[in-house]
Amino acid sequence: MTGLRILLGAAILGGLGAAAPFTPLWLISLVTLAMSTGLVVCGLIILWRGGLVPFGQALFFATGAYTVALSGRWFGVTDAFLLIALAVTMAALVAFVVGFLLAQYREIFFAMLSLALSMILYGVLVKSETLGSTDGINVAQASFFGMKPRGPGYTFALFWLALGMVFSAWLGVSAYLGSVAGQLAGAIRDNEIRVEYLGISVTRLVHLKLTISAALAGAGGALAALSISHVDPQMAYWTTSGGFVFVTILAGAASVPAAFLGALLFEIVRTIAVALLPGGWQLILGSVLLLTILFVPEGLGSLMIRKRATAPEKGAA
Amino acid sequence: MSALLSVNGLEKTFGQVVAARDINVDIPQGQTVGIIGANGAGKTTFVNMITGHLTPSAGTIRFEDRDITGLPSRTIMRLGIARSFQVAQVFPTFSVFENLCAATAIARSGTSVIGAALSRFVSAETSADAETAIAQFQIAQFRDALASTLPQGVRKLLDIAMATAGNPRVLLLDEPTSGISLEEKFGLMDVIMGALKARGTTILFVEHDMEIVQRFADRVLAFYDGTVIADGSPAEALGDERVREFITGTLIRSKDGKLSAGRASHA
Amino acid sequence: MITVIAIVTDGLVYAAWLFVVAIGLTLIFGVMKILNVAHGAFYAFGAYAAATAIGLYFDRGWPVVGGYLAIATAAIAIGLLMGYILERVFLRRVYGKDEVVVVLITYALFLILEDVLILIWGTDGRSAYQPYTEAGSFTVGGLPLSVYDIGLVGFAALLAIAASYTIKKTTFGRLLTAVIYDRETAAAFGVDVSRVYTVTFLVGAVLGALGGALTAPKISVTPGLGVEVIVLAFAVVAIGGMGSMEGALVGALIVGLFRAGAVHLIPQLELFSIYAVMALVLVFRPQGLFSRAQPRKI
Repeated sequence: MTGLRILLGAAILGGLGAAAPFTPLWLISLVTLAMSTGLVVCGLIILWRGGLVPFGQALFFATGAYTVALSGRWFGVTDAFLLIALAVTMAALVAFVVGFLLAQYREIFFAMLSLALSMILYGVLVKSETLGSTDGINVAQASFFGMKPRGPGYTFALFWLALGMVFSAWLGVSAYLGSVAGQLAGAIRDNEIRVEYLGISVTRLVHLKLTISAALAGAGGALAALSISHVDPQMAYWTTSGGFVFVTILAGAASVPAAFLGALLFEIVRTIAVALLPGGWQLILGSVLLLTILFVPEGLGSLMIRKRATAPEKGAA
Repeated sequence: MSALLSVNGLEKTFGQVVAARDINVDIPQGQTVGIIGANGAGKTTFVNMITGHLTPSAGTIRFEDRDITGLPSRTIMRLGIARSFQVAQVFPTFSVFENLCAATAIARSGTSVIGAALSRFVSAETSADAETAIAQFQIAQFRDALASTLPQGVRKLLDIAMATAGNPRVLLLDEPTSGISLEEKFGLMDVIMGALKARGTTILFVEHDMEIVQRFADRVLAFYDGTVIADGSPAEALGDERVREFITGTLIRSKDGKLSAGRASHA
Repeated sequence: MITVIAIVTDGLVYAAWLFVVAIGLTLIFGVMKILNVAHGAFYAFGAYAAATAIGLYFDRGWPVVGGYLAIATAAIAIGLLMGYILERVFLRRVYGKDEVVVVLITYALFLILEDVLILIWGTDGRSAYQPYTEAGSFTVGGLPLSVYDIGLVGFAALLAIAASYTIKKTTFGRLLTAVIYDRETAAAFGVDVSRVYTVTFLVGAVLGALGGALTAPKISVTPGLGVEVIVLAFAVVAIGGMGSMEGALVGALIVGLFRAGAVHLIPQLELFSIYAVMALVLVFRPQGLFSRAQPRKI
């Protein structure tokens, strides 16, 4: 990534941050939530490029969210940065452990096994009183380096935090995608045998991808928990995972900014749909998904991006 | 003199079927070994066992005095034994250059996936290595073509070029000229051998065309029924009575005095 | 002791239900290589159709026996209708595409159908308990047993036998086996693969709808009931081995008994137990219990 692009990205995000005080609060909350989804989708892109579609990414999303809620409730941790660091670590740790099983699978088995694992967490959350059961837990308001903004200030603070997370994720994920491991995603999808015979373990590469994507999902979950001030088992449910997959398809796996734009579009459409057509949200979601797969299989993001001659990656596997 | 690659009592059975038995071979540094035999004689099983694709049922494989029997293929590759494939194994959605970058980048970044995540895919070093390989294997005109669009011969070259990225000491070529027209076979082998000789690689290649074996091999291993029935210079091995009976069949001596199996050499 | 009997009977009833749902899913996967998430919609529509049919039928005061016929008719009709539309309009377009892409298509269809269901039947729950209560119950050793539940187990057993017979002894079964084993070769030998697909999908859809219809009298039929079913059925199929009929049976028994055990002994672990047993099976047999491992070829 060139310095110019980094500068441009920083300018756009900085502009958004500066515009916050002049923006309606509901819109800021919506964008913050969209950015939390975008973070998860960034992680999905990493897997997606390797031909892996996780239907259970909500496992890591919910792990991040509950880590924030429980750290506050049990240990009185309120610092937003610490909470997010904890959430990222926990999600990555869970992925590292389940990765020993999951990384051996590909395609449909990977998808469905990750779904089953997320449903285990859902089952635990729903039944466990200490974890808030079906009602979930409220998340206490976080502090920022000892400062405790309240009211609109809190919304702004979270928004700026979200912008910072998006910027770091963008830099980090772009760097990863340009690394040997990142570029081998397409190689894994193309020909695993060849990758093994070049001297590197495909299983371990998938394990790494899973862990990184989980860390991003954990960050997204943490941000969502702080932004909604509440966590519940629905966050681990498979329809939540389905939403992430949905945005990834919509945005395509070609670029990180497309992931965030896709997530924003998703939140806007959802907000409008819920307001105008309360019973029709899934209908719209399903129809858009169907049309996208049938007619723009590379994702809507592909429409915005010029085809590069050397781009080996494709959107959908 | 101790051998670079040493195989003792190697055996492989699949249930009741014996695919390889009692194989004993020592390969010294720098040799070019042709492996011949009919289909199902155990040639590819032999290659697959040495490169870790199959675990032997019995016997040992030693490389540089180290026991490598049953190690995973990627570890064996790291130790310095690479291979090519009968059906070229490349990344179809990558260009030739990117295929070679993948190979050189992995060779440079080491076995660890963390290392792979921290090193750049296209760096000055990986590009330079890739360009060198492109030049050595004479595929410059296809540099930016997608591997899925390559002619068969070029794809074979790319496959072998990728296998050499880690500068292996031993390279096993599984039928490098299969699927290549008679006219192009020699040209292809010239390119391959030229590139490999420049690196001083020890070569084992599986081949059906006896003319190619005669021309390029210093030594021939003849496989029949899962084991080696003849081992020696091309003249010795191809002259062996059992080899003539079981493998080469009726030999036809062409004008220039070369032997080829079962059919007249190209006009 | 009474707990053990309760676990076994509950487990069997639960397994019977799971088997009816899972066999349709595994059949479609085995033959068409499609993991059909919309199977949950077949189930939900089957349940609603049956509830409606039962309501209409019992309102008239007609004899009870016919009510069971009404359930079956409703399920078969809705299954055929939905199966036909989905296969003809959507799935035909994506045959041969990446398996994961096809899953996403069926997921999209499932989302749409969930809302269509609400558009047709509304958000209020429905109950259609008559076939269940009218069938009566008796007690064995102090444990109440419902005749309807026993009938359900019997039906699942019959279904297992019928499926096994169809696969092994009939011409269609041989065609199926041929297509499962190698689609291209089967097509080369003149098997009308497209027709086999259509029939398979219709049969799978009807089985999914039947699963829902048979459950309708036991529960309050509410929106969203298809969601859990598809995940559970997948767990069953994954344990047994994707595409294997015997696997679906054994998987259903394992999940059924484990869940019943959890419900009676440690109710908090009900959902957890199912997926935990699935993860455990997959650790030791990644391809499931009844699936052949595919060796990699170079």
